[in-house]
Parts: sequence; structure tokens; C-alpha cells
Amino acid sequence: MTQLLLFNIFNGLIVGAFYALMALGLSLILNLSGVINFAHGGFLAIGAYLAFALMPVVGFWGALLVAPLLTAVLGLVVERLLIRRLYGRDPLYSLLLTFGLAYILEDGTRYIWGAQSLPFPIPQALTTPLSSEFFFLTGYRLFMVALVAVVVGAMFYILNRTRLGMRIRAGTLDLETVSVLGVNVALLRNLNFGLGIYLAGLAGVLAAGMLGLQPTIGTSLIMPSFVAIIVGGLGSLPGTLLGGLLIGVASGVTTVYFPSATEAVMYVMMGLVLLLRPQGLLGEEGRTQ
Amino acid sequence: MSAPGKRAATAAIWLVLLTMPYWMNAVGGYTELASRVIVMGLAAMALNYLLGFTGVLSFGHAAYFGLGAYGAAMTIKYLVPSTALAVVVGVVVGTVAAAAIGALIRKLRGTYFAMVTIAFGQVFYFIAFRWNSVTGGDDGMTGWQRQPLDLGFTTVDILHQDKAFYFLCLALFALAVGAMALLLRSPLGRAQLAIRENERRARFLGIPVEFHIWLSFVISGAFAALAGTMYALLSNFTDPRSLHWTLSGNFVIMSVMGGMRSFWGPLVGAAIFVVLQDYVSSHTENWMSIIGLFFVLVVSFFPRGVLGMLRRKTTS
Repeated sequence: MTQLLLFNIFNGLIVGAFYALMALGLSLILNLSGVINFAHGGFLAIGAYLAFALMPVVGFWGALLVAPLLTAVLGLVVERLLIRRLYGRDPLYSLLLTFGLAYILEDGTRYIWGAQSLPFPIPQALTTPLSSEFFFLTGYRLFMVALVAVVVGAMFYILNRTRLGMRIRAGTLDLETVSVLGVNVALLRNLNFGLGIYLAGLAGVLAAGMLGLQPTIGTSLIMPSFVAIIVGGLGSLPGTLLGGLLIGVASGVTTVYFPSATEAVMYVMMGLVLLLRPQGLLGEEGRTQ
Repeated sequence: MSAPGKRAATAAIWLVLLTMPYWMNAVGGYTELASRVIVMGLAAMALNYLLGFTGVLSFGHAAYFGLGAYGAAMTIKYLVPSTALAVVVGVVVGTVAAAAIGALIRKLRGTYFAMVTIAFGQVFYFIAFRWNSVTGGDDGMTGWQRQPLDLGFTTVDILHQDKAFYFLCLALFALAVGAMALLLRSPLGRAQLAIRENERRARFLGIPVEFHIWLSFVISGAFAALAGTMYALLSNFTDPRSLHWTLSGNFVIMSVMGGMRSFWGPLVGAAIFVVLQDYVSSHTENWMSIIGLFFVLVVSFFPRGVLGMLRRKTTS
């Protein structure tokens, strides 16, 4: 039983890491541009399938490096051509646009690669269990946790220590002032969108290695990411990270005792947070308006 | 539009709705498609009570729609084989859920409100999906059907007569739409309009803003649940897709496409959407891309919707 519990906690942590990667990207875009990006799951799927297509040419490691970058480039183009026109209008419109994009991206991957699940080979070195007692500790799972930690660390470094990151954070607080100070806000939003989509693409490659490839891979991860943002606190990136891990572990633990409530438990958590602390665990008061 | 023009347009809409089953076949449709237009039209108008007339964006209305559908299906399957009772139970279930969730979120605004409704919209989907023994899980609820309608002096066979069921839907639709129109004209509806126009000013006038947003959410959820019960009765079936967030998005695009500032706009949007979806999905496997493209085009080129554009043309 303890082993089963440990297994599910660890599993929940990994799933939570996916939620967190997705949710961090969503949060970045939401905070700076006020856009709820419904197409985030679609971009995740694109990242996964691009990695699948590139793997025969550049190998697993190459695909892990290149596929998220290509996904980010696609994100930059989409922002430039479609989303930029909607800034400053009712958030309803960008929401509907990305909703339509989500349809197109999911159907597009299905059209190109088929509806059936595809195997996503990962290097032999990463698949063997490290210990016979704790069979679930495969190299790939540990690698994923480590990689997510590194990437999230790098993202916080960029946001806190580089000029671009500081501008993004400043823009989140007061975009008008940042613009008046001579920063190219259109470019800033574009790059920020690309950064968010990069995280989605990376989550896609990692998720494909664990869950296999299906066109619906992204849409199944997007709802928990919204929950993660709300639980963690709107406007707070550390909160989003915490929210993702928290609901991941909570679902994992619930799977042991009450499997049919695996998903429902996150919504119960969200309801409790909204009741007791509407701004979210690490959110600041006043961001709910 | 001028008052007589408005009255003529309303009369034309009712004329179309009353005669729809009789010419639907001639233009390549079928009676069930007409019923679906009514059902989706009511759902979109219900959403628009909140979206267009209180100015609050909910992106999770499929929850109340789907709860209505499951409430109706479960009533007939497990409780009493009565169509009338199924409708009542479905509406009550959806309304109670809207009241509970509305109470949690009434203080939130803008994108945050939208996001919380998106997330909450999905909780009932997972429950229906997982609770196999009662809801049938992913396969949906089968093994039940709508029952003949007992009116006391006569019994109407709505099960086998498509047109009879269509007119039942239309009667419920008329009741709901009439109620919505009355509400919007009452001081209550005026207060909600005031919140849409300027929340701060409405608050200074002493309007209890949170209460009105909650109430509007509940009213809107109740009518969406009514549409949901009709949806389940229409196909004698319901499945978790009636609770899925993609359906919530479809309701929003119907409202926007028809024109969310006009009373009848969402019905027009729903008619266009339902017919388009029916046509596209029977002609290509890639209907999702086409619907998605349609979203992008509507947002980019027709943000005011069909009726919104017509109105601007006649006033300018």
C-alpha cells in the first residue's frame, strides 16, 4: 500500500509538472496580454507531433531541442497575424479566436498524422527502472522531473535577471508606462507569447514520451492547467507552479483511495480556494477584478 | 431599428419558427434539424441573457445545459416515465448548480470570471464520464425515451410524431423567451443592463451589483438547463459531450455571430451554426477545421454579428 501510495504521489508530481509547464505558459500570456489562450493544448500537440516527425532525422535529443523551438516560431507567427489585432478589444474575442485555433490545430494533427495513437520511442537508457523495488522510478520519469525543474528555473532566471524578463514583468504591472518608456510593446508581447508557446511545445514532447501520441493529447491537459492557475493565484507565476504540482499530487493520491474522483478532486480544491481565498494561494488581492 | 420595423421583424421570426417543420424538408433539411435549431437557439439566448444583457462572460454554460440533459434522462430512466416531470427535474438540477457556482464566483470579473467558468464547466463532464454505473460513462445514457404527453383531455404522441415534438419544443421556447423578454423590461432587467453599461455607476446608484450578477447567472443557467432537457428528449440520449467545454464555446460563438446586443441575435447565430455544422459534418471528416476557421473569420470580420451589422446599416 505504501508503495502504491508512493507511486501515485510520484506519478501525480510528474502529471503536476506537465500541468505547471502548460499553466506557466498560459499565465505568461494572460498576464501580459490579457488573452486566455485556448489553443495552448493545440500547440502542445503540435510540439509532440513535430518531435515525432523529426526524430528519425535528428534523434530523440535533437527533437527535444528543436521541436519546442519550432512550435514557438509557429506561436510567434500566429500572434503576429491573428492575435495582435485583437489586443485592446473585449477579451471575449481573443478567447473565441484561440478557441477556433484549438479546433484547427487538433483537427490538423489528426489530418496529418491520423486519429490513432502512435508510439513515441524514447532512448533505451531512459526506460529501464532504476530499482526493482520502486519499479516506477524509470530514468525517463526522473529525467522529466529534472528537466522541468531546470526549464522552470531558467524561465524564472530570464524573468528576474534579464532585460527582456524585467520588461515582461513591468508590462504585466503597467503596460502603458512601459510603452511610454520606449519599449516596443508589440514586440514584447510577441516574444512573450513565443516563450509561453515554447513551454507548451516542450510539455508536448515530454508528455508524448509518457502518454503516447494522440491528437487529443493537448485538450486533455488544458483544463487542469486553468485550474492550476486559479488555485495558485492569477498573476503569480510561482503560484501557478505551486498550483500545478498541488493538483497533480492531489489527483495522484485520490487515484489510490477513490479512483472515480481523480479529476473531480481538483475542482473541489478550486471551489475551496475560491471560497476561502478568492485571489488564489499566492495571488495578490485586487487581481480578481 | 424603428419600433414598427422591430415589431415586423419579431412577427417574421415567429412566422418562420411556426412554419419551419413544413418547409424544412423542401430545402434539404429535416424536422429534427428544426428542433435542434430551437434547442440550440434557446441555449444561446439563455447565455446571452448573461453575456449580452448583464455584460458578464461565461464560458462554461454547457455545464447547466448538460445537467438539464442528464436530469431529464435520469428522471425518465430511474424515477418516473413522465416527459413533463423530466423537464422540471432537469431545470431544477441545472438551476441549483448555477446558483451554487454563481455564489462562488459572483465577485470575480472579466477574464478571471471567464476562466473560472471555463474550469467549473468541466467538473460535471468528468463526473458524468467517470460515474459509469449511473451515467453510462462515455457511452452516454441510453435505454430510455421521451414519453407521450398527457394533457388531461388528450394524449400527444411526441415520441413518434416529429412535428408534435417540434411544437412542444417551440412552446417551451416561447415560454422561456417570453419570460426573458419580460425580465429584461422589468426593473430587474434594467438594473442588470445598467451593470453592463457601467458597473461603478450602477453601484453608486445603490444597485447591489454582486447580487444581480449572481441572479443573472442563475436565470441564464436555468434557461440553458431547459434547453438541455429538450436536447436530451430530442435524441432520447445524452452523453458527456453535452457537458463538454467545446459546447460552451459553441454557445458563445452563436451569440456573437448572431449579435449579442440584440435579443434575437443568438437565435439567428444558432440557426447558422447548427445548419453549417450539420452540412459540414456530413460532407467532410475535417469538419472541426472548418468550424474552427469559421470562428476565426467571425471574430476577425464580423465581431458585431449578423443582426448587429444589419442594425448599424439601418441606423446610419
